[in-house]
Amino acid sequence: MTEIGLGHYLTLAAIIFAIGVVGIFLNRKNVIIILMSIELILVAVNINLVSFSIYLQDLTGQVFAMFILTVAAAEAAVGLAIIVAYYKNKGSIHVEQISSLKG
Amino acid sequence: MEYAIVFLPLIGAFVSGFFGKRLGGKFCQILTSSLVLISAILSFFIFYDVLTQDYSSNKLIFNWISSGSFHVNWSINIDPLTSVMLVVVSLISSIIHFYSIGYMDDDPHKARFMAYMSLFTFAMLTLVTADNFLQLYFGWEGVGLCSYLLIGFWYQKPSANAAAIKAFIVNRVGDFGLAIGIFLIFFFYGTVNYDEVFQQTPLLIQKQVIFLGIEFNLITLICLLLFVGAMGKSAQILLHTWLPDAMEGPTPVSALIHAATMVTAGVFLVVRCSPIFEYSQVALNVVTAVGMTTAFFAATVALVQNDIKKIVAYSTCSQLGYMFFAVGVGAYHVAIFHLFTHAFFKALLFLGSGCVIHSFNDEQDIRSMGGVWKKIPFTYVLMVIGTLALTGFPFLSGYYSKEAIIEFSYLRGSTIGYFAAAVGIFTALLTAIYSWRLIFKTFHGKYNNKESNLSSIHESPLTMLIPSCLLAIGAILTGILFKEMFIGYDSSQFWNSSILFLQSIPHEYPPTWLLVITPTVVIITIPIAYYLFVANEKILKNFVLKNQVIYNFLVNKWYFDEFYNFIFVEPLKKIGLFFWQKGDINTIDRYGPDGLSKLVKIISDKAVHFQSGYLYHYAFVMLIGFSILLTYLILY
Repeated sequence: MTEIGLGHYLTLAAIIFAIGVVGIFLNRKNVIIILMSIELILVAVNINLVSFSIYLQDLTGQVFAMFILTVAAAEAAVGLAIIVAYYKNKGSIHVEQISSLKG
Repeated sequence: MEYAIVFLPLIGAFVSGFFGKRLGGKFCQILTSSLVLISAILSFFIFYDVLTQDYSSNKLIFNWISSGSFHVNWSINIDPLTSVMLVVVSLISSIIHFYSIGYMDDDPHKARFMAYMSLFTFAMLTLVTADNFLQLYFGWEGVGLCSYLLIGFWYQKPSANAAAIKAFIVNRVGDFGLAIGIFLIFFFYGTVNYDEVFQQTPLLIQKQVIFLGIEFNLITLICLLLFVGAMGKSAQILLHTWLPDAMEGPTPVSALIHAATMVTAGVFLVVRCSPIFEYSQVALNVVTAVGMTTAFFAATVALVQNDIKKIVAYSTCSQLGYMFFAVGVGAYHVAIFHLFTHAFFKALLFLGSGCVIHSFNDEQDIRSMGGVWKKIPFTYVLMVIGTLALTGFPFLSGYYSKEAIIEFSYLRGSTIGYFAAAVGIFTALLTAIYSWRLIFKTFHGKYNNKESNLSSIHESPLTMLIPSCLLAIGAILTGILFKEMFIGYDSSQFWNSSILFLQSIPHEYPPTWLLVITPTVVIITIPIAYYLFVANEKILKNFVLKNQVIYNFLVNKWYFDEFYNFIFVEPLKKIGLFFWQKGDINTIDRYGPDGLSKLVKIISDKAVHFQSGYLYHYAFVMLIGFSILLTYLILY
């Protein structure tokens, strides 16, 4: 049995981060999925912070992780609210149809 | 008083040039004419003072350049030579200003015309009153500019524009020589003020300089370069091609600028620089040679021309040649005397031609005229007086000056002097033939104009005839009145220090046959010309048919234009085309501005695709950018 070390945690975080990133731009369907992908990215960062905190015997990292969770919760609330407002206006949250940034 | 003479025309030019539209053409005509007239009257006072009290002055206007040891002033320098030129320029100019009131009556741009004419007068006056070479050069370029503007006055005509450009460019060649001459003077003398230059000249006679790899005597080189400038402005052979073309301008312009004043600036320059020229026999010989060649060449070409103004133009060219060979044989005062009388009768001939053209409703070809002397007797008389004076008919003005030139050339006693006298006499014969040809073809014989009816031929208005009359009086009397003063026994007293004669003027009388030969030739020519051009034209036609080669040679003006086209214009055009098409368009533009803008367009066309409007694209781009930045920060 190999011991689970820092490297494993970081690899896990990197994989989750990559899934999040790829989720943002490969996603063709739903805005909510983008929101979820962002959430994944934040979680990957959190894993990094916590694992480094343990590795370095420094609690600051874990405190920071708590902050990020809070902010992520708030951000999810705001993001969902935006999506609701958007749906009310446009009648759809289909990603393919959201291209008004083109001008 | 001196200030008023020079600056009144400038004021006139300024007012009618900038406010002409608001003030109206008529007002501008009268204003500029009166201002120039005042200036002419004042010039007479100056002339009188110079004559009676040996008046001379140097009025400073202001310092122009003061740099290190180099000092140049704007100033008005009055000496006998200047006073004569002042009278010629301002008097002829004012007469022609008044003539233009009538001549330009139906032109929509009267104010502009008068502004240019007055500006020309101003420039010419600064030229003759200069006391240094730099101010002379200013006036020199000023008259050149006005000449350009006035030749191209009818800018709707492509031929007028072409003639204007030609005049300007050919003059540039001459001015280049003049400029180098002035540079040389400054380089070796350290000053360009006349007095100092003329004082130092005797000290520099022996100096040799190397120019373009050839060793020259300094004085000779300076004289030759100055003379190149004079050749350009005075339309001497090789640089004469612009003068006949300049006749595209309105007739008053031809009379004022291209006959009476501007073209004589070259003669004036050489006479003004007599204290330099006198020390270089080589340069004087060159001047003589060029002068007599021009006199002869222009007279032969004038024989066969058909445009009334071109004939008079070539005649001007020829008379300028007379003046130059007079200068060349050291008879500066005679050259100025001929300049003086020539200004009157040649301006008269031009104004007369203007009246003729006006009478024939803008017809200039003498083959389409004839038989009208009874219809326009006044113009006829004026033209005949001008012609008599030009040919040197006894006791008219041209007689005295032309005779004097021939006599002085003869009395100089050198080979080139004898040769010049012979050419002078022969040219006088040619002059008589072409002048009378002009008169007979224009006024006698059959009426040949198909376009307008004989009954529509009319006398010109009084505003044109009266100024011409004044000139006619001048053409008759100036010879008798001013002969003693200009070229008589005591003339060197009048010229004082303004002209330097190194060799004393010969005072002995020339042989009687020389005195008689020119007038005889001139008088005999009249009936011969009548016989050839009116009574029996067949002889001439047969003669022309038999000598087609010579005739074509003359009609084409000795092929000078063709030659220059072949040597200069065409190759330069080809070089220009090459640099334009291959150099500019195909190399610089293609890879420079055009290439860059094309590249930017291609890149931005590609970049446009990034702006899809999809959020995930933007996020992707941001991510890539972020990773690149991060990689960079980590690596370096």
